[in-house]
Amino acid sequence: MQDLSNSDCVVIQGSNMAECHPVAYQWVTEARLKGAKVIHIDPRFTRTSATADKHIPIRAGSDVVLLGAVINHILTNDLYFKDYVVSYTNAATIVSDDFRDTEDLDGLFSGYDDQKGSYSQDTWAYASGDGSGDDSSGALGTIGGPASQHEDGESASDRAAGHEHGSGGPPLEHARVKRDETLQDPNTVFQILKRHYARYTPEMVRDTCGISVDDFTYLAKAVTENSGRDRTTAFVYAVGWTQHTLGAQFIRTAAIVQLLLGNMGRPGGGIMALRGHASIQGSTDIPTLYNILPGYLAMPVAGLHDTWEAYISAIGNKEQKGFWAKADTYAVSFMKSWWGEKATAANSWAYDYLPRLSGAHGTYQTTMAMLDDEVEGYFLLGQNPAVGSAHGRMQRLAMSHLKWLVVRDFAMIESATFWKDGPEIATGELSTADIDTEVFFLPAAAHTEKSGSFTQTQRMLQWHHQAVTPKGDCRSELQFFHELGQRLRALLADSTDDRDRPLLDLTWDYPVDEHGEPDAEAVLAEINGYHLTGEQAGQPLSSFTQMKADGSTSGGCWIYTGVYAGGVNQAANRKPGREQNLTALEWGWAWPANRRILYNRASADPDGKPWSERKKYVWWDADEGKWVGDDVPDFPATKAPSYRPEPGTGGPDGLAGDDPFIMQADGKGWLFTPKGMLDGPLPSHYEPQESPVRNPLYAQQSNPARKVFPRKDNLWSPSGGEPGSDVYPFVFTTYRLTEHHTAGGMSRWLPYLSELQPEFFCEISPELAQERGLTNGGWATIVSARTAIEARVMVTERMTPLVISGNTVHQIGLPYHWGVGSSAVVSGDAANDLLGVALDPNVQIQESKAGSCDIQPGRRPTGEALLRLVAEYQSRSGTTTETGNQLRTGHPASTPETIEG
Amino acid sequence: MDFWRNQLSGPTNPSVDAAWQDGEPRKGFFTDTSICIGCKACEVACKEWNAIPEDGLDLLSQSYDNTGALGASTWRHVAFVEQSSDRIEQARESGRRLVELGMPSLRSRETSDAVGAPGSSPLGSAAQANTSLAVADVPALPDMRWLMSSDVCKHCTHAACLDVCPTGSLFRSEFGTVVVQDDICNGCGYCVAACPFGVIERRQGDEGHERAKQSHGISIRGSSSVSTVDATTSSTQSVGSAHAANSGFANNGEVKNVGIAQKCTLCYDRLGDGQTPACAQACPTTSIKFGDLADMRAAAQDRVAQLHGQGFTEARLYGTDPNDGVGGTGSVFLLLDEPEVYGLPPDPRVTTADLPDMFRKAGYAALTMMAMAAASFVRRRP
Repeated sequence: MQDLSNSDCVVIQGSNMAECHPVAYQWVTEARLKGAKVIHIDPRFTRTSATADKHIPIRAGSDVVLLGAVINHILTNDLYFKDYVVSYTNAATIVSDDFRDTEDLDGLFSGYDDQKGSYSQDTWAYASGDGSGDDSSGALGTIGGPASQHEDGESASDRAAGHEHGSGGPPLEHARVKRDETLQDPNTVFQILKRHYARYTPEMVRDTCGISVDDFTYLAKAVTENSGRDRTTAFVYAVGWTQHTLGAQFIRTAAIVQLLLGNMGRPGGGIMALRGHASIQGSTDIPTLYNILPGYLAMPVAGLHDTWEAYISAIGNKEQKGFWAKADTYAVSFMKSWWGEKATAANSWAYDYLPRLSGAHGTYQTTMAMLDDEVEGYFLLGQNPAVGSAHGRMQRLAMSHLKWLVVRDFAMIESATFWKDGPEIATGELSTADIDTEVFFLPAAAHTEKSGSFTQTQRMLQWHHQAVTPKGDCRSELQFFHELGQRLRALLADSTDDRDRPLLDLTWDYPVDEHGEPDAEAVLAEINGYHLTGEQAGQPLSSFTQMKADGSTSGGCWIYTGVYAGGVNQAANRKPGREQNLTALEWGWAWPANRRILYNRASADPDGKPWSERKKYVWWDADEGKWVGDDVPDFPATKAPSYRPEPGTGGPDGLAGDDPFIMQADGKGWLFTPKGMLDGPLPSHYEPQESPVRNPLYAQQSNPARKVFPRKDNLWSPSGGEPGSDVYPFVFTTYRLTEHHTAGGMSRWLPYLSELQPEFFCEISPELAQERGLTNGGWATIVSARTAIEARVMVTERMTPLVISGNTVHQIGLPYHWGVGSSAVVSGDAANDLLGVALDPNVQIQESKAGSCDIQPGRRPTGEALLRLVAEYQSRSGTTTETGNQLRTGHPASTPETIEG
Repeated sequence: MDFWRNQLSGPTNPSVDAAWQDGEPRKGFFTDTSICIGCKACEVACKEWNAIPEDGLDLLSQSYDNTGALGASTWRHVAFVEQSSDRIEQARESGRRLVELGMPSLRSRETSDAVGAPGSSPLGSAAQANTSLAVADVPALPDMRWLMSSDVCKHCTHAACLDVCPTGSLFRSEFGTVVVQDDICNGCGYCVAACPFGVIERRQGDEGHERAKQSHGISIRGSSSVSTVDATTSSTQSVGSAHAANSGFANNGEVKNVGIAQKCTLCYDRLGDGQTPACAQACPTTSIKFGDLADMRAAAQDRVAQLHGQGFTEARLYGTDPNDGVGGTGSVFLLLDEPEVYGLPPDPRVTTADLPDMFRKAGYAALTMMAMAAASFVRRRP
């Protein structure tokens, strides 16, 4: 994070960093004081824009056009960093002859299946360098996935396979690729890229994003002039990029820009993903997700990964390059950490104890399953879906179907009280007497009342020590789950049923203190891992490279190995910054291996010399025969730059001395993704699920692989050009303010924070205020195809109407912190109630950053009249369950069947 | 004579004047509004440390400012000012005129070697290289800007509040700051009228609390005001007021020190332990810097010179001139527009500054009267 202060240009897009990450923003402030240019690209002029050199207003959801045009600008004007691109990226790699681009198929890539609404990735594969093909993939002479991983896009999407790439790329059959380092072969990635973005022009940006050609030129000049040997540019994003039906592709577009400009793995470069809460990074590393296991190991899928061998070769193939080829050592150590002595080679490390996925079980599918009475109980831990999740009404109605609900939080959040004071009680859709859900509220301890680690946005673990013991009945999460496990095991102690073995055989023996609080460091030690046999038995591992696949090591999360090296809690390191250099390796501990900048081998040229004195970071010391520098080198320590492996060597040994991307199956940065991205190997612009604009680039309107749920309670307004789209003519976008925290559980109960932003408001431009008769400080009613809410009006020139292809598009800003309830210091309507549920196929995230609405002056109706207002709008727009749900534009057959909600 | 005159106005060391024998160097703030991000962490940290009650839950409809003004229960206040390009141009022009007039805050680099304040992040070499008194090319005017500024008690060199306090509740600390002793204050309110900045205020109880806020509310946009809520949708359903009664005042639900004058103490209790005041400690961008006042003034002067060097002539200092109406302030500011834009008085003047003149005039009047009286006797003499 502090490395941002080394940047010469910082582009903040899809993030309101100053407001949502004010502490991290100090490094941007510092970069700016040192002369860096800071550009903020956002629909709104925010506190970030106020402290940037330039704010560029953009239409929500059009970012791929803007960045695609930057790519086009770089390629057309030969502004890419040639030495970096040729040596370190897959620009020179040759792709299968069978690949067809969106330019050829008017918005679809080859491999689209209308029935499934998903892609087969076979035709996107690399051409094979030795002619050996993966016959079963259907395309001869290409490099497919490992033999056991023939999974269609639908299944991969159901398990949100994109999450697995949190620590590296997807596996490949092998790494014997064909390359043309002159970049001239028409099937090289480089040439494909050129053709793909040829129509992403400054004029297209003007007509799609609402950004003037001058502003585009400013941006393009800033990033290209501040990249190269001597200078680096960083991109910063947050959920303004992710929460779209093609969110993962927004980030991919930035990745292409940064690889072309040579900004990855270098100081002041990179793409900084800002995470939204303390340890939300930790909760993907050691996941609270249905689809991955610790360290981004995939959750096995029923029918696909039925044996241990099939599973292992699917997560990391021995013949590919890099450290994922060692996935078996990570996986076996993980199984040993969960089931200890019960995990043996004979029982495939207790593989059958692991649950198998049978479909998508994300938060929204679970919500819909509740509505169908398929879910009995629900734990909410620091989560307030009644306010914080998309489609709040669906969330609350779903929870009313539960038998029991456990809410662990600081206060009686709206998700704990919806049964008595939620909006649906007011409209008469729910009545308290008829709700059978038994709600258990368990007060939670705050972070000052327990010890543990936070993993923050740059993968750094920082330990916090307990300062005071929790008051009253408040307990830590650790204590709650430890005790829950103990009680469940006690209940099942006499069971002879095989299905109870996974729970009874778990290692579940943590020392507790006099208050019953488990020792958090003991958990950290288990995560770190230790030797099980030999001389060092019982001693902590110091690196994941010590892990073995023979059951002689244990480790709960391979990427965290080293955090307890030498039996010392490295996360608790707190040497002040003034006593060490800017990299500050002795402050906290960053995975993997306490490395602060990933892929930092790329900070040196192919010969191992720094690209420039100014951007010196990690380099090859020929005298010592090893990589040295300011950071822990992200490369095999003694592998010389000139090293070339025997062709066909897999694993870390297969990495050449100039393969800096050591977690990628071919050692290169991927401009083009032959595998892994479920909605296309290159980002293409698609309009949001709801948009007043017709896609100007392709006949295909929205992401054809997005996840939709045609239901009567999940209607969409008609999009650009369709009849009825003028009923919801405005774009709305949701966001956070500095003064509150997400759904308000940590801020709306605190008077000091509540008084700073006491009421829900909407931000609109003076032009829209004029058009709709809205006054500053007055009330407005905002209507989407799902519901209507009311907000106080803030008229501000910080909101800019945009001209898109000659039509003015107004955007409305809605902070989402407030909810309807009676327990908080401040409450109000919830912005997220306006949202519907449509998801990105890679990671199953909802589109909450762009939607369509209408706005009218005055307060909303109450009671049944509110439902009538919403229904009247729906009827006037002519929306049905099919509206917006046609996956392939113009092909009605591609609309999934309506689910009766 | 100068010494005595400087007891009432002009440059002086107030803690020495207050008879501290071996006082600390005078402490103060430098608030650099050019890097303020408006996060309000200073407001919250101040309230947390000093256990100040919540100060009203009304949406003020003044940009992102729902605090309104400094007062008894608000010791840090972040103002938000939205401006369009014509106003920015005016600010740049008025700043340029200040430079041409020889604004005393500008001085040459040779005399200042303290870049950055203690505790602030070191500025990089590029920044220093850029620093020059020569005004560079004028940077392009943005379409709009959003000014943010964290206001606080000025801890004046000549503090009117202290001078008029009849109980001795207000005193000058060894750090040169001005502190209220709430157990001595009798709530007379003289200080409230005396403060030229409208900072100090008597704390209202629950009932007076909304009124207090509104009467001090300043409209930072000039046109909008607190009362622009639609007449048809009056605030009877205001979410805020429904909760005002039961939301946490102080820590025990009661407002403490009702009727007592309250203001920023510059965290006197923290200073005594060598700690940084809570607001400066919490500031994520070092917009609020704390340290010896001399260093603060030097840092402020360097920063304004740097900004001018980059062509941002709208930057100017506030409170750094010891010859102003309050003898300079202990809290100095770098502003990007006229002080009035931020709700600050352009020419604050301590009441005692006029005392010599008043005494002199009264003296002349007395002499004149005596002379006339004497003359009348003279004339009657036959």
